[in-house]
Amino acid sequence: MNLHRKVSAGLTGRAGYNLLLRRKWLAMAALACLLAALVLVSLTTGSSGLTLGTVLETLLGGGTAQTRAIVCNVRLPRIAAAMAVGAALALSGCVMQGVLHNPLASASTLGVSQGAAFGAALAIIVLDAGTQNAANAASAVTIRSPGTVTVCAFLGGLATTAVVLGLARARRASPTTMILAGVALSSLFSGATTLLQYFADDVQTATVVYWTFGDLGRPGWREIGLIAAVTAAAFLYFLWNRWNYNALEGGVQTARSLGVRVDLLSYASMILCTLIAAISVAFVGTISFVGIIAPHMVRRFTGSDYRFLLPCSALGGGALLLLGDLVSRTVMSPAVLPIGAITSFLGAPVFLYIVFRREAL
Amino acid sequence: MEVRDLSFSYPCGRQILKDISFTAPAGDFLAILGNNGAGKSTLLKCFDHILRPQSGTVTVEGTDLLTLKPAELARQVAFLAQGAEGARLTVYDTLLLGRKPYMKWGVAPEDRAIVEETLARMELEHLAVRYLDQLSGGERQKVLLARALVQEPKVLLLDEPTSNLDLRNQYEVLDLVRQECRRRQITAVMVIHDLNLALRFCDRFLFLHQGQVLAEGPMSVVTPEHIRAVYGIDASVERIQGTPVVVPRL
Repeated sequence: MNLHRKVSAGLTGRAGYNLLLRRKWLAMAALACLLAALVLVSLTTGSSGLTLGTVLETLLGGGTAQTRAIVCNVRLPRIAAAMAVGAALALSGCVMQGVLHNPLASASTLGVSQGAAFGAALAIIVLDAGTQNAANAASAVTIRSPGTVTVCAFLGGLATTAVVLGLARARRASPTTMILAGVALSSLFSGATTLLQYFADDVQTATVVYWTFGDLGRPGWREIGLIAAVTAAAFLYFLWNRWNYNALEGGVQTARSLGVRVDLLSYASMILCTLIAAISVAFVGTISFVGIIAPHMVRRFTGSDYRFLLPCSALGGGALLLLGDLVSRTVMSPAVLPIGAITSFLGAPVFLYIVFRREAL
Repeated sequence: MEVRDLSFSYPCGRQILKDISFTAPAGDFLAILGNNGAGKSTLLKCFDHILRPQSGTVTVEGTDLLTLKPAELARQVAFLAQGAEGARLTVYDTLLLGRKPYMKWGVAPEDRAIVEETLARMELEHLAVRYLDQLSGGERQKVLLARALVQEPKVLLLDEPTSNLDLRNQYEVLDLVRQECRRRQITAVMVIHDLNLALRFCDRFLFLHQGQVLAEGPMSVVTPEHIRAVYGIDASVERIQGTPVVVPRL
């Protein structure tokens, strides 16, 4: 789908640009419709065999106690979690790629997610912030102190971000070097998390292991609300700076000459990216590659224009994770596959594709 | 544009620029000439806050550039870097970026009017919806020049603007710079290695040698003595069909 080739074949100047803008708005609307459709499909997919009619009736206040329980306590939170986390991971990937000038940057490829996972594991095991409280492992992991887990996850992620920023500033590291450093940091933090599990008791280990796969069914409304609120605030900051990110596409010097406070923008953006990625990791676990796939797909029709790239990435990330969740719930139904594994299966090929294409350039 | 006693040294102590002073009237095209390492690019970067000089002033119409905030400075000074990267942005959006220093929340109709007027005058309309990274070097440099003009600056800084261009594009780009800067009364300051291109298009010349001004003035300062002092080679300045040309002797 190359909008530009079609446009440039016909109109030019103002008319061509207006047409292009209209198409970008249309693409964004289409993405929103896709997301809405996925929400509906998601609401009606599951082992209890509810029809669309029943679901809608329940949403409007009708239905039996049982359908209400399924729709409002199981499916809706899951859908909301997928959308919030998908948007958070996609936004953080999209902004990191712009700030670091690196198409392969994202929370999971730079090791920020793994750092956050370690921080959260530390909170759960050492600071006793979470427990497993029932026989049903799928829904039983409760985080007793979301605040502590979030803060620890954020600090873990921040440790990685500090190294990445240091590399980018002091050494002017190439994109490849940066990703290699990310690989090293990921291994370091994954190893540390494994060590924590080794010394933890069974219940705590189950808690941590379960959540290293990623689990969208875990967060309750309180946690989902927290993820959504923080992500929305970060989104507003990103959107406020959309022209600054556009300026940064032309290089640091160009951005400076256009009046952008490059250092301030980079640090603030990276910290916010770390925060929204860490908060997602803290409550649903590590979900890799969403931050690579979603922005990369929408870039095909938005280019690097952050006016469209930011909202489209958020919508795309939400849709992608919702789709991943649908797949994870249906392929081996009634078993639910770990969402992190599904996104990795989708994401690794996209990552390799970007690597190969860059080699060709 | 008036520069007074500008000095710059890196934190490690090495002094790059020492007491640079010169004046360039509005609408003039000034060439900064000097050997590699003389401090030419450093001087340009001092004008645009990319580097911070330790002392001195740079005033444009009574405003000291060195005290301005980033967005204010960007309304006074535009910078055209050498071999700028091609981004995945359309030409139209690239020009809109030039309005960034004036934007509050977003693009105003006035911004779009200025962009469209500039596209039309520089004959870039047919490229409006093409991506910058799909253009040839010459087209890209013209687009980036257009962006700098959309900024409506009083000073335009150019760092080796022709370094990756073929002969025809070198002449076209510099001709555009000269025309537009005269028309808009912008002072253009260009770092360039090619003396003949400088002689062809610039009104004023500044020889920089070991971080100091060796000579500054109109075409008459381009003499064999100054060329020898700066570049260390013997050359004569001839006129061929009315155009001054530097001919090095080996």
